[in-house]
Amino acid sequence: MNFDPRYSGRNFSSVGTRPIRPDGVDKVTGRARYGADFNMAGQLVGRVLRSPHAHAIIKKIDTSKAEKLAGVKAVITAKDLPDLTDGDAAMYDILDNSMARKKALYDGHAVAAVAAIDARIARQALKLIEVDYEVLPHVTDVDEAAQHHAPLINDQVFTEGLEEKPAKPSNVTKRTQFGHGDVHKGFAEADFVVERSFKTEQTHQGYIEPHACVASVNPDGTAELWVCTQGHFVYRQHCAQLLGLEASKLRVTSSEIGGGFGGKTHVWAEPVALALSRKAGRPVKLVMTRDEVFRASGPTSATSIDVRIGARKDGTITAAEATLRYSCGPYAGSWAEIGAMTAFACYRLENVKTVGYEVLVNRPKTAAYRAPSAPMAAFAVESSIDELAKELGMDAVDFRIKNAAQEGTRASYGPVYGPIGIGPTLEAVKKHPHMKAPLKANQGRGMACGFWFNFGGQTCTDLNIGMDGTVSLAVGTVDVGGSRASLSLVAAEELGIDYGNVKAIVADTSSLGYNDMTDGSRGTFSSSMATISAARNAIKILKDRAAQMWDIPVEDVTWEKGHAIAKGEKYGNLSPLSLKDIAAKSGTTGGPIAGHSELVADGAGVSFATHICDIEVDPETGATRVIRYTVVQDAGKAVHPTYVEGQYQGGAAQGIGWALNEEYIYGKDGRLQNAGFLDYRIPVCSDLPMIDTQILEIPNPNHPYGVRGVGETSIVPPLAAIANAVSNAVGVRMTHIPMSPPRILAALEAEREG
Amino acid sequence: MRYIRPLSIEDAVGELAKAVGPAAILAGGSDLLVRMKGGFIEPELIVDIKAIGGLADITETADGFRIGAAVPCAVLGENKALKQAWPGVVEAANLIGSKQVQGRCTITGNLCNASPAADSVPALVAAAAQAVVAGPSGKRTIAVEAVPTGPGRTSLAKGEIIEAILLEKRPEHAGDAYLRFIPRTEMDIAVVSAGVNLTLDEKGAIKTARVALGAAAPTVLLVEEAGQVLVGSKLDEETLERLAKICAGACRPIDDKRGTIEFRRKVAGVLAQRAAAIAYKRAGDK
Repeated sequence: MNFDPRYSGRNFSSVGTRPIRPDGVDKVTGRARYGADFNMAGQLVGRVLRSPHAHAIIKKIDTSKAEKLAGVKAVITAKDLPDLTDGDAAMYDILDNSMARKKALYDGHAVAAVAAIDARIARQALKLIEVDYEVLPHVTDVDEAAQHHAPLINDQVFTEGLEEKPAKPSNVTKRTQFGHGDVHKGFAEADFVVERSFKTEQTHQGYIEPHACVASVNPDGTAELWVCTQGHFVYRQHCAQLLGLEASKLRVTSSEIGGGFGGKTHVWAEPVALALSRKAGRPVKLVMTRDEVFRASGPTSATSIDVRIGARKDGTITAAEATLRYSCGPYAGSWAEIGAMTAFACYRLENVKTVGYEVLVNRPKTAAYRAPSAPMAAFAVESSIDELAKELGMDAVDFRIKNAAQEGTRASYGPVYGPIGIGPTLEAVKKHPHMKAPLKANQGRGMACGFWFNFGGQTCTDLNIGMDGTVSLAVGTVDVGGSRASLSLVAAEELGIDYGNVKAIVADTSSLGYNDMTDGSRGTFSSSMATISAARNAIKILKDRAAQMWDIPVEDVTWEKGHAIAKGEKYGNLSPLSLKDIAAKSGTTGGPIAGHSELVADGAGVSFATHICDIEVDPETGATRVIRYTVVQDAGKAVHPTYVEGQYQGGAAQGIGWALNEEYIYGKDGRLQNAGFLDYRIPVCSDLPMIDTQILEIPNPNHPYGVRGVGETSIVPPLAAIANAVSNAVGVRMTHIPMSPPRILAALEAEREG
Repeated sequence: MRYIRPLSIEDAVGELAKAVGPAAILAGGSDLLVRMKGGFIEPELIVDIKAIGGLADITETADGFRIGAAVPCAVLGENKALKQAWPGVVEAANLIGSKQVQGRCTITGNLCNASPAADSVPALVAAAAQAVVAGPSGKRTIAVEAVPTGPGRTSLAKGEIIEAILLEKRPEHAGDAYLRFIPRTEMDIAVVSAGVNLTLDEKGAIKTARVALGAAAPTVLLVEEAGQVLVGSKLDEETLERLAKICAGACRPIDDKRGTIEFRRKVAGVLAQRAAAIAYKRAGDK
């Protein structure tokens, strides 16, 4: 494919407008079909039995009584999901997480499942399954788990990334290090040094739609899966591998999705549903309850982070260092590594060093959550930056501007930046009226910066032109944030037709080539690139057909504003042919007109944001209220500005919940205490102010329209911005997220007592 | 499972009295259905009391108000006379759950669910409300604080139903108020709460006072000493300090997912002070 993805400045007619979304009417009228809204004839109800223990050997499972219950059609355990992973450790972990094989590793770990003719019988059957556990000591806290005397979760884990392989196993799976320069030298040059330790508690993505799927395995080796996911092609690969199916014979269709935020990038229930269907010989629907969603899916890492930053009197940072410990659940991960990469990515540093430790704990397997690992690192770093600015007597924004990364800066994680938005977002914040608005008693203002890499990846798109001149666009990236509208705008822009004449769908895995999932803020970035490419391929055919219709050489045909134009004075009597004119004749000029594209969307431009937050604290109760919030972020080019703003606001809203109240609370018994929305407190509407947004557009040189991903960066600054605001309101540095009222009140009381 | 909808309190009592397996009373269902769905209880008999004559009515009598056991909390908020007389009770009832839940839930159900964090109960206890209990051996009237005996447990015997809550007629210069602490702005459950009910004399000094605390002990607490300290005062700084101290001391809270012991003690005192100030102003304005 001769596709040139480089940015070329152009004037847009469709891109940058705000039409209504094509999936909107279905969603507000209740017609949209989510994961649990699909049904098949003869379908059974699947239910999963989960471990009540944080850590236990499964000595024996007796399913005989459950199997004898009338109405039960299949009961499965790990035996029904034999290990086909062939030494692939990551896939083995996914398999073991879907159904515990030897040990239950957390409260909520699946140990068996049933398929029955109705939910009542399925629930009764679960009660008839007898599991003989040998309960083991457990550990749920990230710092305790990293101690050498902690209960061992996996005795085959010897810390990787050390100079010598350790003699003893531990819960620390890996050490990683990033940076450059000499931090010892840098700290020696510093006039001021701030050193602090921080903790953040584990949070869940909190998507409103629970995991749900319908699986149907046929005797001929074909299978279908209808599922709520961020990546149906990835689910197909994983499920096919785990169940020994041929990928092309497993057709996966993605439903509408009621939120994913990274949490629907991973299979849990799907291999179980397929195994149940295979055994029962009938379709099986498996829908998680909210309790199961909290106990067995999702969450992000709990963290413990030490930061040290030094600066000269003139405000130049001379050295920065961080040690980051991230919980991974009971399986190896690279969460601290990502935290270590992002921690200082906003700054231009001569001497920087970050070290990450991946820590196993008896909690659910850590999954991606919107810019995974970055918000916690930003909380620790941006809190310390604020404190250092105060010690220097510098304004917090000016201090950041002085040290901000720019084009040509070598990032703390290695690469050299191209054109980036950190400086411009800081300058915009400095000028923003929010920064000058007066504050009342007990109110504080904070600001903070955030970074996210963004991702591109494998993408495949089809664009078909109907004989009536309307266009159907089939993409393989699941629409989690309005991408069908955005991609329709891009197709309309490139073809030169009206947005209303384009209809985008998310195609199933049998209809398109492989697509990576909608993660890394890649949906609109990568699929818009593939859509532009597909549209350009279709335009080639359109020009060819126009040339045929005119009977002139195709070299003399150009495409402008939705029309084929015959170039030159000799064709002065030929009126332009519209896309509709050409489409109408397609049956006699060579058949259907389509454009296809398959590509790897490289060059997803890095993304930066700066947030401002005002908080009021009740000093007698520790209660907080967010009274004003502003997001400034670089979008490269906002294809559909309303959805870009929605992403900015959504990330901020989730960050506010995380900063103030959301947390997994474990009892001493290792069981999750708050597996529901009553006691896992995501914000309700009345908890949030209107979140103001400002979109900056610093074009990404690696995308034809300059687009950058926008979905994730907005959750990176809030923890720090809010912590800085609370600290400014009450005069006490808050170092533990969430800053729930009991934590704030305890910090205030401690300060009062000196 | 059997669902019945009797038309008289006698039939309801009779069915409950002869029930063999676990039985449950259904009014709004905002606690019962959630507990059934969560698999915490599996009743064999459900007695829906909404069709029983008079149970869905608020009646103003010579002695005060009679609130039927099936009156949804939202209806309390629409009753001007009740709101005028007992604003604290009504505001407590209208804090439960969400708007949708308030359209179903009842203060009697809130009382019988016997959660120490129930929002309407501290307000009812402060108001010296009484419960009319119908049972196999006839009817009796008891103080509301005598109903819950521990989390999820009540003093009601088999076959007994609370058919109404009684609130006294208000004298002049009387006011009540209820405040709870929640980390969110709504759709939440009290971490700790306080209800205060005051009457004033002609000079504006407090004549009688009742203070109740929620989520501060296994049952809602009536803190008599806190009421006594208010009597005779005009809610000066020093009295408020003593009130907070007594309330913090009276708490027997626990550390749990919703808050710590220290937090609940401190905030119980703060909320009692603030609720007392609101009740005092309401009483003075009448």
